[in-house]
Amino acid sequence: MAGYNLRNIMGKISKGFSSASRSGLLWPLIFLGLILLVNAVINPGFFDIEIKDGRLSGSLIDIMNRSSYIILLAIGMTFVVATAGIDISVGAVVAISAAISAYLIGGTLVVENGVQQYVSFMPMPVAIIAALLIATALGMWNGLLISRMGLQPIIATLILMVAGRGIAQLITSGQIITIYYKPFFFIGGGYLFGIPFSIYIVAAVLAVVMFLKKRTALGLFIQSVGINKTATRFAGINSSNIILWVYAFSGFCAGIVGLLVCSNNKSADGNNAGYNMELDAILAVVLGGTSLAGGKFYIMGSVIGGLIIQSLTTTIFSIKEIKPEANLVVKAVIVFVVCLIQSESFRKKVAGVIFLREKKSL
Amino acid sequence: MADLKPIVEMKGVKKSFPGVQALSGVDFRLFEGEIHAIMGQNGAGKSTLIKILTGVYKADGGSIVYCGSQCRFRTPLEAQKKGISTVYQEVNLCPNLSVAENIFIGREPRRFGMIDWNKINSESEKLLKRLNVSIDVTKLLSSYSVAIQQMVAIARVLCISSRVLILDEPTSSLDEQEVNELFEVLNKLKSEGMAILFVTHFLDQVYRITDRITVFRNGTFVGEYLTKDLPRVELIFKMVGKDISAMSAMPQKCLENVSDNKAADSLLEIKGMKKQGSMNEFSLDVQKGEVLGFAGLLGSGRTETARLIFGIDKPDQGECLVKNELKNISSPSDAIELGLAFCPEDRKTEGIIDELSVRENIILALQGSLGIMKYLPRKKQDKIADEYIKALGIKTADAECEVRTLSGGNQQKVLLARWLATKPSLLILDEPTRGIDVGAKFEIQEFVMSHCKEGMSIIFISSELEEVIRVSSRVAVFRDRQKISELSGNDLKEEKIMHTIAGGQ
Repeated sequence: MAGYNLRNIMGKISKGFSSASRSGLLWPLIFLGLILLVNAVINPGFFDIEIKDGRLSGSLIDIMNRSSYIILLAIGMTFVVATAGIDISVGAVVAISAAISAYLIGGTLVVENGVQQYVSFMPMPVAIIAALLIATALGMWNGLLISRMGLQPIIATLILMVAGRGIAQLITSGQIITIYYKPFFFIGGGYLFGIPFSIYIVAAVLAVVMFLKKRTALGLFIQSVGINKTATRFAGINSSNIILWVYAFSGFCAGIVGLLVCSNNKSADGNNAGYNMELDAILAVVLGGTSLAGGKFYIMGSVIGGLIIQSLTTTIFSIKEIKPEANLVVKAVIVFVVCLIQSESFRKKVAGVIFLREKKSL
Repeated sequence: MADLKPIVEMKGVKKSFPGVQALSGVDFRLFEGEIHAIMGQNGAGKSTLIKILTGVYKADGGSIVYCGSQCRFRTPLEAQKKGISTVYQEVNLCPNLSVAENIFIGREPRRFGMIDWNKINSESEKLLKRLNVSIDVTKLLSSYSVAIQQMVAIARVLCISSRVLILDEPTSSLDEQEVNELFEVLNKLKSEGMAILFVTHFLDQVYRITDRITVFRNGTFVGEYLTKDLPRVELIFKMVGKDISAMSAMPQKCLENVSDNKAADSLLEIKGMKKQGSMNEFSLDVQKGEVLGFAGLLGSGRTETARLIFGIDKPDQGECLVKNELKNISSPSDAIELGLAFCPEDRKTEGIIDELSVRENIILALQGSLGIMKYLPRKKQDKIADEYIKALGIKTADAECEVRTLSGGNQQKVLLARWLATKPSLLILDEPTRGIDVGAKFEIQEFVMSHCKEGMSIIFISSELEEVIRVSSRVAVFRDRQKISELSGNDLKEEKIMHTIAGGQ
């Protein structure tokens, strides 16, 4: 009886294994598991989740919360990469979105009779909508340059990457705007039913995106454009518009992250908000199995990629033997190894070498 | 020749792909100083055999003897280094490099450690001269026609000191004159003792230039023959594997659909359309249920006309009437909405989406016309895909195979399926039978006839006059980016069209 059960379980595992491998999620999942396992060994309480003041807390929750920036950017980036493009301006758009929301909410501390009054320059919804709209418009600007003017994606988005930081500083007049308006803090730092609110935002965006991928033809069209733009146009699909909206969506995602960053830091820093985030986002997409050459894309892969990067960062910080100045190098080495192992041709080569040795020793 | 030892001898070669046995134990011999043709229908295994010989694929079984010793090439580079050079069906060059760079890429001559550009350019010119092509070799490859690109591809392999030259469909994009020039070169190489393997679908060319023929059918070896001992009819019989009399019951032209009342049945009418640098002013009309042929040489304006009609290129002037109503077609999606469909000439870059599945390729245009939100349910997609795979006899393991794993003819059928699924009223076919075998050619011609009997109009563009004449009720003749004449009825003869093209009205 026990044997039968075991076989049943093994069968289920292998079934899950093969379906994960088909959907391209196998390797990312293995790496995520490995990193989490290393953590569990170093820190026995790693998987513990407890309730403190009605909030779930623990390392896993922390990783999920902190990875929300990367994941949101990576979701937008996945579509861009699937069309054989790239968007290196998202970090700058994060800074702009943060600056706009901070500017519109205002940085004045109003205290009446010793009690802080929550005063905003503009109503909070206006600030949020404005930040998101402008971020989307900036994404569309990228899309226009690429789809209508024929600029190379990396050049088109490089323009905004450079200009964007300047724009963000102009909005904040070169200062760091500190916000005192408490309701706004909820977006990036609040909890709902004991779970960080940013996780709900990620889940909502993910749900919409998965719906679009599974229930509409968007996924098919984006892949088709990424594989062969000309043939796609000849089949009657407006390739240019698809490219335009893909960049607009990437801008929109960056806009959300801008709000999260601003709300979480209670300030907007044109220079540092979203700094180098585009690189983490691209890395998350690649770790998730989407090829930079475009075509097939894996949204869930990118999400897992984002989790991998964040848990890696957490892990490196938690290992005391690694000096802080070595953090970046260690991270780079691990990412390098992960990328190598994910490469099918590298795996084949390694297998070939091992195989040859065995033959020789015989 | 019988006492000669073959330079290449393959025995019992096997290769299977997921779901398909591409080669089941075939033999093949190639001798020095001869031109050898491999014949067979689409999916017979010609390309697979070549790819095994050149190290692209690994054989599952069998032996390969080259120059008297057992060998198995692991990479194309290894094969090339040992003297086996290949020019593939689809030109595999870098369009963004110069002609000279393309010829010498990977083996640039050096001087003091630096690339010797003068030598590259002068050598390239010399090589191309040998092929009777004189062009500016410093210009980008993409600025030249496909025909010239093909010549460059051949020049590239010619300069490697090769003992075996493999040409996979080298003539499919060349016009008559260029073919003659190529054949001159091939004969010269043959007399120098090179072994040449020549794959083509043009029977004429096989009989003009080859010494020996090997026939494959469905991945099996049918036989090896001396060309002079094998009559054409028998060759086709061996390739198709069924009685030729069934094949010769040619599909009949459907003239009965063409009524006298032109205005009433006019499907498409183009008036005074023109685009600077692409096509001079032309007018044409297509009636319901009619096959209009386009004849002319490569670059004569046939494809340009089709692109203007389908809204890929924007005309400078001209009117377009669909069913007697003035319409503005400014993009392919406009054209599709009006019931037009266009199978482009270059199926690799303009037709198939190679990493998508057969199913996704088939539904693409239909889904494109439905838009993003009205996504066809998966069941419906499967049904459509299966229906056309069956109807057109597409050879694939299943609808989920990536389309790039299919043979050329089957990819062409997938494209046909894509357009049929949109239920078009006018289908433009640009070189639909290029690079595919006799059997599939007949199938596609037959398909054209049967659909126009059902009321679909077709514009049929082909370099093969005989084919154009057979399917079309009227033929528009093009020369030098100009529509010069329209022939119908008794004028529809090969000679007459050739004279028209040549300019001797």
